[in-house]
Amino acid sequence: MSEHQHGHPHTPIMDGDEPAAARRARVLEELLEAKGVIRREDVRQGIDWLVSRTPADGARLVARAWADPEFKARLLADARSAALELGLDPGPSPVVVAVENTATVHHVVVCTLCSCYPRALLGPPPDWYKSLPYRSRAVSDPRGVLSEFGVELDDDIEVHVLDSTADVRYLVIPTRPIGTEAMGEAELAALVTRDSMIGVAQPAASTLV
Amino acid sequence: MTFCNGQRVVVADRAHRGHHRTPGYIKGKIGTVERVHASFRNPESRAYGNDGLPEQALYLVSFAQQDVWPEYRGPARDRLFVDLFEHWLEEAR
Repeated sequence: MSEHQHGHPHTPIMDGDEPAAARRARVLEELLEAKGVIRREDVRQGIDWLVSRTPADGARLVARAWADPEFKARLLADARSAALELGLDPGPSPVVVAVENTATVHHVVVCTLCSCYPRALLGPPPDWYKSLPYRSRAVSDPRGVLSEFGVELDDDIEVHVLDSTADVRYLVIPTRPIGTEAMGEAELAALVTRDSMIGVAQPAASTLV
Repeated sequence: MTFCNGQRVVVADRAHRGHHRTPGYIKGKIGTVERVHASFRNPESRAYGNDGLPEQALYLVSFAQQDVWPEYRGPARDRLFVDLFEHWLEEAR
């Protein structure tokens, strides 16, 4: 137990075992703040924005696209404008691209160089998306990776892998599950998972099938 | 040189010291321009605190997976799409 001033004992929250990367980030932040490059408040607001994003926004886009073919056409033409049309924050990337999975084409998104990801519409990326095995194998053996995620595709379905190496962010519109014709947008959105918008999963199965 | 949709291009096969956004696996490969996204500041300059000007056009270029990976196990029609900056592309002959 450390010296403690606020009425209850606990083990130190911060001790000598601070991870090296965390220490580097902390020291850099302190330096940038001391030199007037950034303000602590800006960093806090940036973190608040990052953790406030969720895949529910992307799911709303997909559900509207499933329900409204004209909206889908606008989403495919310019996903950034389509997000703004629904009052959603498309994020800082000036170009956001939606690609559509169909009966003949299946898309998968990866960033082999780091972990570029449409955070504004999908929230923080899953850890596996940032892992070296996913980043290297998604481009060279996408069907093997998809199989490990439980997605088996026939050979007559083309697999299109998108390596988002630069400023553009990609979002997959998964295929609408059969048996969902009577569903409204909110019900449809509940079927649209994060992984299905990365392209490594199909949407949740309809309970109506 | 600017490129248009459908044009065949080859990715420059050159070494580059320092930050750049052209994956090594795609250098020297021949692909097809699928989209012209927009122009962006050059990350090779921005990474070192410079202004990244002049802006470079960014293209979505597609490649046949079997051209990229000789041991690719999937069907011949599977494709790989990569965002590439103009100064890494040349017209394919």
